[in-house]
Amino acid sequence: MKIRIAHGRLIDPANRVDTEQDLYIADGRVAAVGEAPDGFVADREIDARELVVCPGLVDIAARLREPGFEYRATLESEMEAAMAGGVTSLAIPPDTDPVLDEPGLVEMLRYRAKRLNRAHIYPVGALTVGLAGERLSEMAELTDAGCVAFSQANVPMTDNKVLLHAMEYAATFDFPVWLQPMAPFLSRGGVAHDGEVASRLGLAGIPTAAETIGLYTHIELARLAGCRLHVTRLSSAEGLKMIKWARREGVDITCDVSINQLHLCDMDIGYFNPHCRLIPPLRSQRDRDALRRGLADGDINALCSNHTPVDDDAKQCPFSEAEPGATGLELLLPLTLKWAEQCSVPLLDALARVTSDAARIIGSQRGGHLSVDARADVCIFDPAGETLVARETLRSQGKNTPFLGLCLPGRVRTTIVEGQIMYGEAR
Amino acid sequence: MRNPQLNKHGELQHLLSLDGLPLSILGAILDIAAPFTEVAEREIKKLPLLRGKSVFNLFFENSTRTRTTFEIAAKRLSADVINLNVSTSSTKKGETLLDTIDNLCAMQADMFVVRHESSGAPYLIADHLHATGRDHIHVINAGDGRHAHPTQGLLDMYTIRHFKKEFHNLIVVVVGDVLHSRVARSQLAALTTLGVPEVRVVGPRTLLPTEVERMGVRVCHDMNEGLRGADVVMMLRLQNERMNGALLPSPQEYFKVWGLTPEKLALAKADAIVLHPGPMNRGVEIDSTVADGGQAVILPQVTFGIAVRMAVMSMLAGN
Repeated sequence: MKIRIAHGRLIDPANRVDTEQDLYIADGRVAAVGEAPDGFVADREIDARELVVCPGLVDIAARLREPGFEYRATLESEMEAAMAGGVTSLAIPPDTDPVLDEPGLVEMLRYRAKRLNRAHIYPVGALTVGLAGERLSEMAELTDAGCVAFSQANVPMTDNKVLLHAMEYAATFDFPVWLQPMAPFLSRGGVAHDGEVASRLGLAGIPTAAETIGLYTHIELARLAGCRLHVTRLSSAEGLKMIKWARREGVDITCDVSINQLHLCDMDIGYFNPHCRLIPPLRSQRDRDALRRGLADGDINALCSNHTPVDDDAKQCPFSEAEPGATGLELLLPLTLKWAEQCSVPLLDALARVTSDAARIIGSQRGGHLSVDARADVCIFDPAGETLVARETLRSQGKNTPFLGLCLPGRVRTTIVEGQIMYGEAR
Repeated sequence: MRNPQLNKHGELQHLLSLDGLPLSILGAILDIAAPFTEVAEREIKKLPLLRGKSVFNLFFENSTRTRTTFEIAAKRLSADVINLNVSTSSTKKGETLLDTIDNLCAMQADMFVVRHESSGAPYLIADHLHATGRDHIHVINAGDGRHAHPTQGLLDMYTIRHFKKEFHNLIVVVVGDVLHSRVARSQLAALTTLGVPEVRVVGPRTLLPTEVERMGVRVCHDMNEGLRGADVVMMLRLQNERMNGALLPSPQEYFKVWGLTPEKLALAKADAIVLHPGPMNRGVEIDSTVADGGQAVILPQVTFGIAVRMAVMSMLAGN
């Protein structure tokens, strides 16, 4: 199918393009930008007047809950959510059940996703078998099966020697290692940021030191092992400071933040709102402000949804018993726009954090940009539109989000994956 | 954000916490409690204020004392009281907290008295009742995790007022395991709301919450410094499981440094009173001489506790 997307504001961060230009798609690829290629006859014309045309979003952390947690969400439901959110590439953490430590499982997941023919998936393999932190997973085999990185998801390693070896082994093949900085004993039993709010509410705290100590351990071990380290879901100002320090020391390190930590803080827990039970915990306002600046400055490389659908039964319990996590695929774009608006970040830079910069972290050459011949993954959205976050409007099976009831800026109109219109209508 | 304890007219809908409870309501509960103390001295210890109402004592965590005082309070108001020891019943069979609540609502409950080991559990119940249009049912928090124990806080305030008359000229000291204590959090909230000019907390750093000073208190680690010139000394219970381990080395050392002995109490004002929420660990947080001495008001606390709980229940029932 040949598509012409006409009169839109084309924003392609990778190529530093932000101008009104037409986009031509043929055979699942970007055929041309600006001028139509010779003999191009569009089968479909999309009028994108007053709309933004950008690369399909790349979300580097989205739990689709398969295999094992199908009562919370399925590939079908979450792929629909991704399409409605303009997200065309997803990196999937390994904490499924069973965990992604077997090449066969990864192949199965990719096969299922391919059959659904929606977003592209990029599985992140388990660094250790069963995420148990004891034995290395078959990283080379898992990479052949399609894993783009290796991680412990939210399960911290207790044995630093095993972690060092895992990093060394990954470094042998130049596989990136993604780690959540969380010192195991300091974070154990905690459910909220260890500060005034947790003290008042009588919630067990997780001190910022759990993040900085975990981070320092990861940095030192990565330096020793010579491995590429990606720090997932930064939550504190101190953590960000440490990342900057490590870079000055010459450590190869990238990091991301989730939409929750970018917009919320521990005060939002209010009267024990279980939707605010998250990993990592929501920290102070000062931390949130530092993360917002860090993302604007590019010190934080990417923004992700940390999409974690949780069923109502697991959320409708007292705060500390509630399952951590929030749904987010459909909020990624609106919350990117909200942050850009509030922090006066140019749209081009803001979108880079959820497209080209994120694609770089998962090592995707073909996604996250709209150069000629790139994979034609496109998101068309109305920057003046609004997205209402409500149980009825969310397509994700998980209705759990602290943003429920809010009206957020921006509305996805059309999502195109490899040249196929997967969501929305041409006007 | 809606304060879940108040209805849209700003009246008490549930009693969940003393933190954020307006002074006017706090004061009103103490005022209403006063005449109820006399009911106990009558020959017929009953008032008809809650006649025909069903009060469900819903204890997800074991308790004898608090449950009993709630039961007595409800019965003196002529309510029907149903005691459920949920820790040994439905939740063990996998029923969720809100399923239990829905079932009891179907039995025409009017009031839930809830104790739960998780901070915030009564808020979840209150929120659920509101969301399902059952605003005629009231919730009283009888202790949730480390968060709050508002009726204990109220009875402590009643006791202080009984003996000291005013709050605005007092030095009040709270001693012990503030970190794990829902009683302490309720006391601190009430004391600051009632305008006590100096509230001190005393204890080792391992047992004080992060940023406790943001609760409007002065932190002392030295017991002598903390007690000097105090009008009211509020001792907290130290749980057995915290006595030997990573928080404290031993009960002996705790008693030596933070145990309330007659010598240490002598640093407080001569007419200082000593409170304890019970059950006491004699020889750990408090010396028997003090516990049984003339300055201890621990038994009046228990008596006042019934009156205060009657006051809360009758206020919620609209009397």
